[in-house]
Amino acid sequence: MSNAQVVPRRYPIPAEPRVPGRAVKLGPVSVEHPDGAASTLVSKVGLSEICLSYRAQSGERLLALDHINLQVRAGEFVCIVGPSGCGKSTLLHLIAGLQAQTSGQVLVDGHPVQGPGTDRILIFQEHGLFPWLTVAENVEFGMKMKGVPRADRRERTSHYLRLVHLAKFEKSYIHQLSGGMKQRVAIARALATEPDVLLMDEPFAALDAQTRDLLHDELERIWRDTGRTIIFVTHNVREAVRLGDRVVLLTFRPGRVKSEFPVQLPRPRSLEDPEVALAAREVLDELREEINRSLEAEYNEGVKPHIKPGGQA
Amino acid sequence: MKRAARYVIFYAALLGLWTLLAELKIWPPYLFPTPWGVAEALYAGFQDHTYWIAIRVSLQRVLIGYGISVVLGMILGLGVASNKFLEETMGGLLVSLQSLPSICWWPLALLWFGLNQNAILFVVIMGSLLSVTLAMEDGRKQMPRIFGQAGRNLGAKGFKLFWYVLLPASLPFIVSGLKQGWAFAWRSLITAEMLYLSLGLGQVLMMGRDLNDMSAVIAVMFLIIAIGYIVDGVVFKGMERHLQNKWGLAPAN
Repeated sequence: MSNAQVVPRRYPIPAEPRVPGRAVKLGPVSVEHPDGAASTLVSKVGLSEICLSYRAQSGERLLALDHINLQVRAGEFVCIVGPSGCGKSTLLHLIAGLQAQTSGQVLVDGHPVQGPGTDRILIFQEHGLFPWLTVAENVEFGMKMKGVPRADRRERTSHYLRLVHLAKFEKSYIHQLSGGMKQRVAIARALATEPDVLLMDEPFAALDAQTRDLLHDELERIWRDTGRTIIFVTHNVREAVRLGDRVVLLTFRPGRVKSEFPVQLPRPRSLEDPEVALAAREVLDELREEINRSLEAEYNEGVKPHIKPGGQA
Repeated sequence: MKRAARYVIFYAALLGLWTLLAELKIWPPYLFPTPWGVAEALYAGFQDHTYWIAIRVSLQRVLIGYGISVVLGMILGLGVASNKFLEETMGGLLVSLQSLPSICWWPLALLWFGLNQNAILFVVIMGSLLSVTLAMEDGRKQMPRIFGQAGRNLGAKGFKLFWYVLLPASLPFIVSGLKQGWAFAWRSLITAEMLYLSLGLGQVLMMGRDLNDMSAVIAVMFLIIAIGYIVDGVVFKGMERHLQNKWGLAPAN
């Protein structure tokens, strides 16, 4: 909230804002945003000076993430965008505790992350559902690991399956579902463990446009109804602006926070909203530089940055 | 229907050829018995309970031996697959050990355990342990990483992670290894039983030899084949079908 006021308005207020009285404010914010006030509050998720390096096959050490600083408020929907190879997925794995950073700290509620925890659930692009379990058993899984009694498990499972409109499919196996349904099961499974933070790693990238639109609506509704904190990684700028309260742009290798864009468009939004398109344009202008760098790297080093076709905006 | 007909024709022809050869009496009947002789031997063996007891004893032994192999093999295989040092050192050793017929352990087993059931079990375990271990190691490596990550992410760790995630996730990849392990266990058992006189199908088979009763020998051979076939067809085929239904995999072969 605090940074929004310091941002100069770049766009005219749309002629008819869908929620009257709320202006659209958008624009890049310097990375060293005035966080003096925020430091007195404990962020839900705080990344401070995160660095990650690894040894490449050639033997040299490569820096993947370079002094990442990011504060995420409770209940905030933050989208992270960047060119492929910027380490945005890795960042989620660090927050999830599935991987350890080389230096720096990941704080959740002010406590350093030491391994995976069910307060932070990651949703993978390839959904990561268990094919040997039914839909209901998948959703139950996290609760079972936690030792939640069977009756409670059943109840919560059917609640979350209703939430993603899959109540009828509880006895199905994963391979019987479509891509969009799988991703909804993954969301239900993540929510059922009642995490404070949902980490979403390009969850809709492999879906067709119609399914993705539907899931955007559902995710926005679930986010509003459950008040979870969501950190959402995508390479699709339009998707980021459509969903996020804030869009964080990472640079190409090594990943650094290049800029942050608060998105104060009224909700519910839609991918086709002209304001969304307009805002995405501005993020994309900055992103393009990084995409060019990644392409350059491809030409010069023969390193493939894995740009997905049609991925940008 | 056509397939069934082909089966019937094939086996009828085989049986006919056998009868013909036996009836030509090129070899004396005690060396080359007729199908009826074998059928009679089978009937007699079941009548006086010899075969029932032998089957029960052999199955009991193979179940214990194979069971231990599966548990140990899974732990070993998982260890080798997830530890670089073990993989580099033990991995090669396991592969080279697999070329050793398990019955080669028999003299050592006799000295270590004495002439008793434990010696037999040891040979059975050595016969199937390596197959299971190598299968598990391979399965763990083939298994998509995402399952382990998702499991840990949802709060599974230690034994729970193994039992509820890693094991079921690798099952489709280790089923053929488990099957191979079973075949090795069954063969090792029969071999060991033939060298050691105490009940069991292998010993009943040797008894037929001692009595110069080739009908009995062939009858027991049929039993050994039948049990191996039934376990493969019922247990492992069932397991494969079950996995296919759940995972939605096309049949492996």
